[in-house]
Amino acid sequence: MLWARDLGHAFGAIPALDGITFSLERGQTLAIFGPNGAGKTTLLRVIAGLIRPLRGAAGVDGGRRAIGWIGHQTQLYNHLSVRENLRFWASLYDVPDRDVALREVDLLRRLGLARQADRQVRTLSRGQTQRAAIARALMHDPDVLLLDEPFTGLDRLAAEELRGLLGEQAAAGRATVIVTHNVEEGTELATDIAFMRDGRFVAYAPRAGRDAVELTAAYRTAVAGA
Amino acid sequence: MRDLLRHAWRVTRKDLRLEFRSRTALTSALVFTALVLVVFEHGRDPTAVPTLNLAPSILWVTFSFASMLALNRAFQAELENHALDGLLLAPISRTSLFWGKLGANLVFVALVQVTGMLLFMLFFNVPVWRVWAPLAAVTALATVGFIAVGTLFSAMVVRTRFAELMLPVLLLPFLLPPLIAAVQVTVQLFAGRPLSEVAGWLRLLAAYDICFVTLATLLFPFTVTE
Repeated sequence: MLWARDLGHAFGAIPALDGITFSLERGQTLAIFGPNGAGKTTLLRVIAGLIRPLRGAAGVDGGRRAIGWIGHQTQLYNHLSVRENLRFWASLYDVPDRDVALREVDLLRRLGLARQADRQVRTLSRGQTQRAAIARALMHDPDVLLLDEPFTGLDRLAAEELRGLLGEQAAAGRATVIVTHNVEEGTELATDIAFMRDGRFVAYAPRAGRDAVELTAAYRTAVAGA
Repeated sequence: MRDLLRHAWRVTRKDLRLEFRSRTALTSALVFTALVLVVFEHGRDPTAVPTLNLAPSILWVTFSFASMLALNRAFQAELENHALDGLLLAPISRTSLFWGKLGANLVFVALVQVTGMLLFMLFFNVPVWRVWAPLAAVTALATVGFIAVGTLFSAMVVRTRFAELMLPVLLLPFLLPPLIAAVQVTVQLFAGRPLSEVAGWLRLLAAYDICFVTLATLLFPFTVTE
């Protein structure tokens, strides 16, 4: 479903990725934790095809059409309404009109945005905007979700809601990669865990029931001691 | 080809909607056009140089710089919330994206030119209405290639720190051939000469359009891929 093989990349003399290899199947969620500058976002961008790696290869079955991206940057147009944004992005994925109408209604209802659908994005709160970004990413029913610090700027309640929604997506069989610097945020969702530092995976294992407290301790050891 | 044009139209339509709602670039280009024409109207001495000799240069200098203001906005909107990443992730060809942006830019510049032409008629008492059809054709011919280059450069510089300064610096050398040709043709038109007398300049404009629209289309994908 999603794979990366011996990825290597650098920005000038600064290494960003070094020997990253992994693969994910349907329903798996990989949470990648690492400090700022570890190479997490670069890895996601390489998988999405936004950056061509200097070494190795990565890909997603179904290509770009199969990818849904949710980041702290919402990729929404501030002067368009939520509905106009959803329809524009769906149109680029050639989602049939009938499906657009159905998914739009369903997603807006589930994300609590039905009343804000015709408001311009610039008038929404941060939490509402992030929920609109999630709707945007799900409009074309992607098989793979790439999440780049999706909880940034969300209040506790909105973060809870997002976790619930992402759990549903994984249960629906989507493969998901979530990158974050905050171990507590991504733990519940993950089937697999990776710790990243200086462009490398310093640990990679199934979560195996470990909770955020255990993982935080392991993370500190792995990232500080690597 | 149908997919390419369909996606390009969707990008154009979105850009037009965004601009007509925010009216940032359009307003500044129109105000700039009006200001330049007013300054020229009041700053010149009609007894020193006949209006008919001076008017074509004034017209084309105004059009060129106003177009640059409009071009600056082409990719600025895509930086907002990193929407450009969304466009690059979407399963549309880079050529669709370029043509979509080119289409929107041509509409903006055409609006600025129509308004500028009306003000020009008002201020300079040049018999534009007698040659409006050939003048419109020459304006279109002189604009297409230049806007194609401008759209390409706009994508190149949008992530640089001084994008608004870089664009004119890069673009001005490429602007000279169509600018000179357009001024020469316009002089002849205002003097009531037939188009056959400026066939050479018209061929130059057509060759410029073909050459630079093709080149810009081919080079655009390299400007947006990291």
